[in-house]
Amino acid sequence: MAALPDRARVVVIGAGIVGNSMAYHLARLGWRDIVLLDKGPLPNPGGSTGHASNFIFLTDHSKEMTEFTADSVRQYQELGVFTQSGGIEVARTAARMEELKRRLASSKSWGIESELVTPAQVRAMVPYIEASVILGGFSTPGVGVVDSLRAGTLMREAAQARGALTISAQTEITGIDVRDGRVRSVRTDRGDIEAETVVICCGVWSPRIARMAGASIPLTPAVHQMISVGPVPLFADTVGEIRYPIVRDMDTNMYERQHGGDLEVGSYAHRPILMEADAIPSIAESALSPTELPFTKEDFDLQMEQALELVPDILGDERVGIRHAINGLLALTPDGNPILGETPEVRGLWSAAAIWIKEAPGIARTIAEWMTDGAPEIDPHGSDIARFYDHHRTPTHIRARAAEGFNKTYGIVHPMEQWASNRNVRLTPMHGRERELGAVFFEAAGWERPMWYASNEPLLAEYGERVSRRDAEWEARWWSPIISAEHLAMRDKVGMVDLTAFAIFDVSGPGALGYLQGLVVSQMDVPVGRVVYTPLLNKAGGIVADLTIMRLGRDLFRVVTGGGMGMRDKKWFSDHLPADGSAQLLDATSAWTTVGVWGPRARDLVASVTADDVSNAGFPFGTCRSIDLGPVRALASRISYVGELGWEIYAPMEEGARLWDLLWEAGQVFGVVPVGIGVYATTGRLEKGYRAHGNELELEYDLVEAGMARPTVKEQDFVGRAAYLEQRSRPPAAILCTLTVDDHTSSSGVERYMLGREPIVTPDGRPLVDAKGRRSYVTSAGAGPSVGRHLLMAYLPPEQAVVGTKLAVEYFAELYPVTVAVAGATPLFDPRNARIRS
Amino acid sequence: MILALVEQAGGSPDRLSLEMLALVRRLAEVAGAAGGPVHAVLFGDEARTAAAGLAAHGVATASVVEHERLDDYAPEAWAASLLQLMAARSPTIVVAAGSERGNEVMAHVAARAGLPLAANCTDVRPGDRLGITRQRWAGSLLEDAWLDGPAWLVTVAPHAVATEETVAAGATTIERFTPALSENDLRVRVDGRVEADPDRVSLTDARVVVGGGRGVGGAEGFADLEELARLLGGAVGVSRAVTSAGWRPHAEQIGQTGLRIAPDLYIACGISGAIQHIVGCKAAKQILAINTDPEAPIMEKATYAVIGDLRDIVPAISAEIRRTRGA
Amino acid sequence: MPVEVLVCVKRVPATGGRIVLTADEQEIDTKYLGFTVSPHEECAVEETVRIVEAHGGSSTVLTLGPAAAEEQLRDAMAVGVDRAILLETDGREWSPIATAEAIVGAVRAREAAGAGFDLLLFGNEAADTGDFQVGIRVAVALDLPCVTGVKALEVRDGTAVAKREADGGWEVFEVPLPAVVTVKEGINLPRYPSVPGRLRARKKEIERGVPEWRPAGPEKVRLRLPEEQGSAVEILGTGPADAPRVVEVLRQLGVLAP
Repeated sequence: MAALPDRARVVVIGAGIVGNSMAYHLARLGWRDIVLLDKGPLPNPGGSTGHASNFIFLTDHSKEMTEFTADSVRQYQELGVFTQSGGIEVARTAARMEELKRRLASSKSWGIESELVTPAQVRAMVPYIEASVILGGFSTPGVGVVDSLRAGTLMREAAQARGALTISAQTEITGIDVRDGRVRSVRTDRGDIEAETVVICCGVWSPRIARMAGASIPLTPAVHQMISVGPVPLFADTVGEIRYPIVRDMDTNMYERQHGGDLEVGSYAHRPILMEADAIPSIAESALSPTELPFTKEDFDLQMEQALELVPDILGDERVGIRHAINGLLALTPDGNPILGETPEVRGLWSAAAIWIKEAPGIARTIAEWMTDGAPEIDPHGSDIARFYDHHRTPTHIRARAAEGFNKTYGIVHPMEQWASNRNVRLTPMHGRERELGAVFFEAAGWERPMWYASNEPLLAEYGERVSRRDAEWEARWWSPIISAEHLAMRDKVGMVDLTAFAIFDVSGPGALGYLQGLVVSQMDVPVGRVVYTPLLNKAGGIVADLTIMRLGRDLFRVVTGGGMGMRDKKWFSDHLPADGSAQLLDATSAWTTVGVWGPRARDLVASVTADDVSNAGFPFGTCRSIDLGPVRALASRISYVGELGWEIYAPMEEGARLWDLLWEAGQVFGVVPVGIGVYATTGRLEKGYRAHGNELELEYDLVEAGMARPTVKEQDFVGRAAYLEQRSRPPAAILCTLTVDDHTSSSGVERYMLGREPIVTPDGRPLVDAKGRRSYVTSAGAGPSVGRHLLMAYLPPEQAVVGTKLAVEYFAELYPVTVAVAGATPLFDPRNARIRS
Repeated sequence: MILALVEQAGGSPDRLSLEMLALVRRLAEVAGAAGGPVHAVLFGDEARTAAAGLAAHGVATASVVEHERLDDYAPEAWAASLLQLMAARSPTIVVAAGSERGNEVMAHVAARAGLPLAANCTDVRPGDRLGITRQRWAGSLLEDAWLDGPAWLVTVAPHAVATEETVAAGATTIERFTPALSENDLRVRVDGRVEADPDRVSLTDARVVVGGGRGVGGAEGFADLEELARLLGGAVGVSRAVTSAGWRPHAEQIGQTGLRIAPDLYIACGISGAIQHIVGCKAAKQILAINTDPEAPIMEKATYAVIGDLRDIVPAISAEIRRTRGA
Repeated sequence: MPVEVLVCVKRVPATGGRIVLTADEQEIDTKYLGFTVSPHEECAVEETVRIVEAHGGSSTVLTLGPAAAEEQLRDAMAVGVDRAILLETDGREWSPIATAEAIVGAVRAREAAGAGFDLLLFGNEAADTGDFQVGIRVAVALDLPCVTGVKALEVRDGTAVAKREADGGWEVFEVPLPAVVTVKEGINLPRYPSVPGRLRARKKEIERGVPEWRPAGPEKVRLRLPEEQGSAVEILGTGPADAPRVVEVLRQLGVLAP
């Protein structure tokens, strides 16, 4: 065993597939003095890698996860440890068949080769499947299996060959020292190592290791059951590990896959069995390994019967025995995504946790790039550890959501599907009023936000034909026509929107202006009282965030951003604060509640409760200042995300209910309607062509492509400026467009409405691929009630990004004609922005 | 007094019985009712020869059981004989080795007498009650317990106590004992034998055992181990993984559900050292481990190790032995 | 001739790693452990199924243990045992004397109902307590012949021919049925349960009885782990080139005849 060095550039804790991949990629990117530790022996230290089923299905509805997986497969292939077998997801129900069509769309959007197949075709590929119990399948030829332990060994060896890596197995972490908010050293039972960068790749043990440094990695170990049966006569002459495609029996939450002479049957259907990270046995105490717990037969009984239905030829054979059965541990997170990135609590302490075999090398590459220059190729924002608020880190939340999410592993999950557990955590001051108005609450960052109001139902009759209808159950799920009625009422009169979910940070100090100038794209040296909308870039010019900043004083700025990405944005701001302390950041989210008041009557309404000048001249667009609304002294900001005249009104949290009541009562004469987030986040913004982070705005696209490049670039340097200038110097590879759907009628005569993420294709169904290899897909979709069309946004190659171009969108395996209505950022509704500026 | 069943073959007392006597003679030195002289009981041809040598093991007197129908092992007949000797001599302790026969005969004695039996003890502490320490889980765990009864019935765990030989003060006094045996006592007896291959070294007697585990890789891999065992005059033993895979016969299995061995040297090849295996080989005086994994649990039990692939190393050792012998 | 076979098993924790004791030192801490029966008993179950497959008759598995021991009964039924009897306890440890009495009671009740057994199979010893005596005590109480440590068994014409290993050879016993036989691992290679077997076993009824616990020695004081004598290992080498060093050590140890 190599002696442990007393100093390292980076310590990677955990030598499962993640830790090995991390060491490899860091070494590849030029890192040296890497130390890889594990408390277990090599090559199988006893974590989840050692018992993983090691198969890789490629398609996920999430682009980020699919990209991680596809990249991982490429890496496994390069290492020579990937065996392509093909894989089929089979449907037993009509609803599942529809879901498979949706998966086909995701495959096409993310560039994965897949097709729908009939039961007979499934049987032809996998002769042991009982075709009569299935309705069809979704076949992906690129699916395969990997030898993850071998991959790990090869990656360690490659890092060692570069002279970059010291490995120490059977080395237990006993502590992590943190000083001044930064990790300083790792203590082990074989000595201490000074290091300012540490990566936790400890799978189910990650929370325990993070806690040693005072950080939290919110995941819970959970059980996944698996049995292995054999010897299977059909597999007797299989050379190697696998010959037949892997089958996922989606409706029973199970999979069946050949493993040499055996068939492995795994399940995500049983009751969620959660554990505590501290309750996992030690290696010495484990009968098999710490993550292979005794099989609990009774939990698997139903699954066995269901598997028997699908695979009767093998599982019904009395000579085929259950040779191995385990309760394997895996890591579940509250939202089902991995937990990646530097912890917000401790600088230099990185998390690479809740990662499956299928995505590990791709994620490790991403994190290594992120650690190296802050600019990963794949945008990891959905998995960023900084996405969590404190309430997300409580055991109550983790356990509730992990348990609820477990059975969704193979589930049909609607894009708008709401969590049922641990709701009502963050309630706005107006919550009671909203409840009285029949608000239907959707959750964002723990906040309960009205999506629409049942009290607005009478508006349906009022707006009649102009209200969007959705005839198909799928689109009507988690949706209401009231949303478009609210939209129309707001455009006609005035609406009130609860925007309390904003994350709000005050930046202050003599260095505040200089600091912000160096961080954001837009010019911040503006008069006090100006509101600036700005994107933020990373060094490589990828889009990190977009938000508004109000200049409240010479040395005081208020940053307002969406709640969903609030904590991530906060970390970005915090990470860039000047070392000299000349600027500080204060999280004021819990101090302010926000109400949006928008619509043609918004000024009348606000004027009726304030003596302050709210005229267009006295309170022009893009400015903010304090006004008194009855007894409430509020900060009003004249901007709009829905394209209407009006204000965001910020009041102290405890005065929010009074503010709401004041506006509500005064608004009655102006026909005020409560307006939900359905309008704010979708219909209102789509008509105006406003981009949303996570939909249109990602690291993988730039401001030029997004149509957000301003005529000039400010003189002052800022993060990403050089890259931005470079982007501006050449024609974009894609242009963000707004498209209208020309005909919604499906083959069965039902009108269908896209929800987002569908592929945009040529009229004859061929995918569109831009010069950077990116496929065109719907980044956002929704009704445009005021323009009377269903609107889609998509990045298109320049050849197609021309107004009037006829294309198609693939939805549930059918093509619908679409037309490019806008190429670039011009709003479809009120293109001159007359309303906002009125 | 102490009544001790001593197994013998060909006039030599069995090693496990001598281990048992080593534990028992400590009791004999204890004053009072619990201690007292050791009276051995022996069965079979040449029992007399075996008994004669027991003085050096602390045996004062011995009964040699003879019966016209007792020509070979018969557990119930042995038990009946012991019970009759117990009735005649009122021992405080009746003890046998924790061998297959010892445990079997003592269980019959206990069942017939309606007494508890403490099997596989590693220590006994006489007093008003008999304090015992006995093995559970084949020795992975110990139990401290109290034993009661008019006679304390005990067997002694194999290889828990070292044999002990001293210069005897005198000779063992030997008497003949002829039990009264019923038909039922003789209904189970050895009705036939299949003798071992005389050229084969017995695993339990071998001074060197070459052990093979999963790391050997397959049935054919054992040729190298056999060759090394042959050169060392030893025997091949295996782990449970090997017999479960069908690579070698179960008779060679060492461990919890196989044999306990106590050779001078155990060469563990490709054996990781699961506790179930260790309990069968930990009585070896020395363990030489040959394994690719320097962190394998067997290393904690080994005195010597070679880190590497046994498939290269074992033939190299054999070749080196042949070379040095040829020289 | 059909054979009625009873096989007795005991639910024990499936140990594998380091044994951990409960705080009161009375039991193994089974928090992380599954449960099983000893390998000897697995073989006894397999032998039972094979005998009935070969000769006809029927098989019964019996255990004395807590309600959870139903799992071990179903495991036996999953590989082909016909029916099961659970003598349910409150989880306390039963002495060999009391255990044998309870089993004898159940067997006699069966006999009284005209459903006696021709062959009673046990494992040679339980994995946990290693008492080596329950089978013999049952045989003595029922006045049946008993062969222990059996690694080959043949049933024919009302007799059982049982073999056990002795010094590299075999001892052969021939006893009339009914008889008790305790078997050792190696007598057969037990089959794995099939999925249909497991599903059938799930649905089978289990006959239950509740025998009364009684104290009978030895009286457990406590359990403890043996002191580990870890050794300092001397690395002799890392490859075939180091063979001379190994041979030198063999010579020093005196195991290398000159």
